[in-house]
Amino acid sequence: MNTLPTAADAAPRSYLDAAHGLRSWLFTVDHKRIAVLYMLAVTFFFFVGGLAASLIRIELVTSEGDLLTADGYNRAFTLHGVIMVWFFLIPSIPSVFGNFLVPLMIGARDLAFPRLNLISWYLLMGGGLFTLLALVLGGVDTGWTFYTPLSTMFSNGHVVAVICGVFVAGFSSILTGINLIVSIHTLRAPGMTWFRLPLFVWSMYATSIILVLATPVLAITLVLVAAEHLFGIGVFDPRLGGDPLLFQHLFWFYSHPAVYIMILPAMGVVSELITASAHKRIFGYRFVAFSSIAIAIIGFMVWGHHMFVAGQSMYASMVFSLLSFLVSIPSAIKAYNWTATLYKSDLTVHAPFLFALTFVGLFIVGGVTGLFLALLAADLHAHDTYFVVAHFHYIMVGAAVAGYFGALHFWWPKITGRMYPELWGRIAAVMIFCGFNLTFFPQFLLGYLGMPRRYHSYPADFQFLHVMSSAGASILAVAYALPLFYLAWSLRYGQRAAVNPWGAAGLEWRTASPPPVHNFNSPVVVDFEAYDYAPEAARDRL
Amino acid sequence: MSGFVRLWPEQASHYAAQVDWLVIGFTGMMAMFVVPVFVFMWVFIFRYRRGHAAERDHRPSGSLKVELTWMVLPFIGALVLFVYSARLFFEARVPPADALEIQVTAKQWMWKFQHTGGQREINTLHVPAERPVKLTMISEDVIHSLFFPSLRVKQDVLPGRYTEMWFQAERPGTYDVYCAEYCGTDHAAMTARLEVLSPSDYQRWLEGADEGRSLAAQGEALFRQFGCSGCHGAASVTRAPPLEGLYGRSVALADGSRVVADDAYLRDSILLPQKQVVAGYAPVMPTYANVMDEEAVARLVAYLRSLADPRPEPATGPSEDNR
Amino acid sequence: MTASEARPAEQFEDLRQQAEADRLGMWLFLASETMMFGGLLLVLWFYRLSHPRETAEALASMHWLLATGNTALLLTGSLCMTLALAAAREGEARVLRRWLWVAALLGLGFLAGKSVEYGLEFQEGLLPGNDPASPLKSGAARLFMNVYLTATALHGVHILVAVLLVGGLAWRVGRGNLPVPAKAVTVEMIALYWHVVDLIWLFLYPTLYLAGRGA
Repeated sequence: MNTLPTAADAAPRSYLDAAHGLRSWLFTVDHKRIAVLYMLAVTFFFFVGGLAASLIRIELVTSEGDLLTADGYNRAFTLHGVIMVWFFLIPSIPSVFGNFLVPLMIGARDLAFPRLNLISWYLLMGGGLFTLLALVLGGVDTGWTFYTPLSTMFSNGHVVAVICGVFVAGFSSILTGINLIVSIHTLRAPGMTWFRLPLFVWSMYATSIILVLATPVLAITLVLVAAEHLFGIGVFDPRLGGDPLLFQHLFWFYSHPAVYIMILPAMGVVSELITASAHKRIFGYRFVAFSSIAIAIIGFMVWGHHMFVAGQSMYASMVFSLLSFLVSIPSAIKAYNWTATLYKSDLTVHAPFLFALTFVGLFIVGGVTGLFLALLAADLHAHDTYFVVAHFHYIMVGAAVAGYFGALHFWWPKITGRMYPELWGRIAAVMIFCGFNLTFFPQFLLGYLGMPRRYHSYPADFQFLHVMSSAGASILAVAYALPLFYLAWSLRYGQRAAVNPWGAAGLEWRTASPPPVHNFNSPVVVDFEAYDYAPEAARDRL
Repeated sequence: MSGFVRLWPEQASHYAAQVDWLVIGFTGMMAMFVVPVFVFMWVFIFRYRRGHAAERDHRPSGSLKVELTWMVLPFIGALVLFVYSARLFFEARVPPADALEIQVTAKQWMWKFQHTGGQREINTLHVPAERPVKLTMISEDVIHSLFFPSLRVKQDVLPGRYTEMWFQAERPGTYDVYCAEYCGTDHAAMTARLEVLSPSDYQRWLEGADEGRSLAAQGEALFRQFGCSGCHGAASVTRAPPLEGLYGRSVALADGSRVVADDAYLRDSILLPQKQVVAGYAPVMPTYANVMDEEAVARLVAYLRSLADPRPEPATGPSEDNR
Repeated sequence: MTASEARPAEQFEDLRQQAEADRLGMWLFLASETMMFGGLLLVLWFYRLSHPRETAEALASMHWLLATGNTALLLTGSLCMTLALAAAREGEARVLRRWLWVAALLGLGFLAGKSVEYGLEFQEGLLPGNDPASPLKSGAARLFMNVYLTATALHGVHILVAVLLVGGLAWRVGRGNLPVPAKAVTVEMIALYWHVVDLIWLFLYPTLYLAGRGA
């Protein structure tokens, strides 16, 4: 049926065994090792950001500000936002799994620019550690959004240092994006046509377009903010004729597409997890593939929906509202196609599938509430309240992190050569789903009641819902930390993984687990479609 | 107000009720599009789990008709709500001409309100029920956002530029007011109270809080104090444009363009006099940006409005002043 | 080293594929640069349109003749890079090296011209814009000068990088470290970078010096 190697033939050593020692990791140009480096980095940042989140949730248990000072609280949520957005969410799936999987999925030996890839990692680490230092030693009280003129003229934190860190990390994003696009264009194995690519690759392609085109706009915006903060050049200062709203336009021109940087890769992961669990070709392959591209493109045209109450023209708001409805269609397409994929499937329910279900559930709630915020009259009320907080956490944390964990479990055998403990994986997935909903669902109600964001203390009427939310957060914290332990355990005691433990289609499952240094032991030629699950196989199992 | 648990915000206006209905309708419609996903997912998971005997022949891998259906139907549904919500939004954004005017100045971290009668208050706003109220707002420092949850409206308050918001409260009572845009250290303390009074109570309050002089009269005092009349007066040596009857009129500028003399124009002319110079006059006016805060500017603007020619424009301010 | 560089890097099948990847990568990087300067140009035009009078005031004091000379230097530099690329493709290392050096010198000339301009503006009190002694009266005119400084400084950094890249390339060619025409694609990459930095200037120059001058 295909001319691929079965990977068992007297293989050279795996990428993990090829060399040893710290130097062999820190100077590696192997995309798989760099992916592992990224995994360690984003895990570190995830828990740092999570620590700040815990502080916030503990503070909000009572209505008075009794744990942290007002400034301390403001610094805590700024740290949480900056670290989570730029040093966990944006690099998470693209840099870890994009790096590891794209070459394997397209049948290449490595990414197009391996050294650049390593440089990207160092840029992220350099920017991240510098930012973290600035955030911990002095702190910044502007929120991750750096709104002017608060950030430029009134902040009492280390704004410029943090901006420098984010700026440097931005280059990491751009270089990773370039690397992925070029690899997908030029390094596909013979026979790997565009419509034979796994949907994860399509979503990485769409994500990379945003990384390359949106990040530089953030870079120039941050340069202007830093210049304004240091020298008072006046771009965002109304006293010199500058316009603070211009900052918001530039910032959201990046930051709205940035949301899609976080969610598109997770959608790609879910497409893989659902097909592999269903053992069935995805329903509507081309629609799902093109919906990723559509999201990337339309995503550039909806930034104004963050500014309905900011003072932009009423008619501009109406256009942005309409475009925001439009961008929801490709997302809906994906959800419907995933559901249809399960029809007449041959479904095995394991932990990665549970994570995929978690993703779908949380993503739908997050997406629908996003439409609610795109609804002009509703946004006048819900804007800048906990409703918004809940909405974007459902997307960026609930869904995106479920996608990340799903990917982690699904490809863990390929990355490490070991199986994770299945029962623990399922427990974690269910706990994340429950903990997440308990944490963030009450926040929708809080927001609709009128509880504004970024409040250190609040009227006592809101306390009940805040307590619920904090209780959920403690479950969520345990659930997010749990995989750290059992995955670490599995590195030593886990069952050795077969080449293809899931019976999944896809090139990455046709090479050894873990793969050899150059990914495949013999030249790859692709003569099969994506998600090539034979229907007869399903019938045989009946 | 109500106790420990509250699950739905108070409705202090008809508009708030309309927004709530929009939200409920939207939730219902979304449920129509979303619930099937969850139902079918669970049905499929149950029926097609491995080892469970089920018909698996003729597995579909796509269908243009199906795809188009689930693209177009939700979109049409969403569009209906978009139109309805855009109408509400338009209504919430365009104040009626006869609205009661209140000047709002925000600064880190307090709200200051000035009524046309000259009454001033901090962190409390008294308004009459059953009457449209229009707020003209500006910030002295960073961006704030005035948020009335019980009225379902908010608007950012910017430095250097007036923004507007209006509402008509129906039910007398006390309601919470928040700053919704993060504005620095004590953002959470930048709250206020909205006191909606019955028309007669409101009248009583106005009299009780009377400062003796209307806002325009206070502006007139500033006008003399800062020596504005020295140039803008009829008998002055320096030639400056006369201000009587200016408000609401279209003004020809030195660069050939025309502009309507509204609040924003008057404010800019006081603080950034070089920005829009009236045709036929030398750009000699100094800026008052360093000597006057936004509240004082608001008072001056109120005075200049009171000088408006009462005939052509649908006069709004003066009727209040003449009380 | 010379021999090994004629072979593709191990992730590529052949040199053609590698050159294709290099080219695409460079174009993407340049797209990214364009978006960055695009943001800056948007800021500039936003303020030009919202404060036309003040912008005209600032424009009147700009040294536009100096900038025109600088523009000529950059454009000639682009010509040199094109000639250098042609020489590289024909395998004429000596000619290649000559054009590269000329281009690098022209780039240095641009930077020198820019420094002189900054110096003049500094003496005249135009820069920095928030200098209280500035002859510019209105705030928005000073704002314009500040954004001008930010934009040209950022562009200047790009020219500096271009000069270093071209100089480094010329040096490598001189040492015989760059076999042409086999590695002509390297010359092509750097030429592309030069052209785009040049092109960005062609948008900055009218925005900062010409449009609305003395109207």
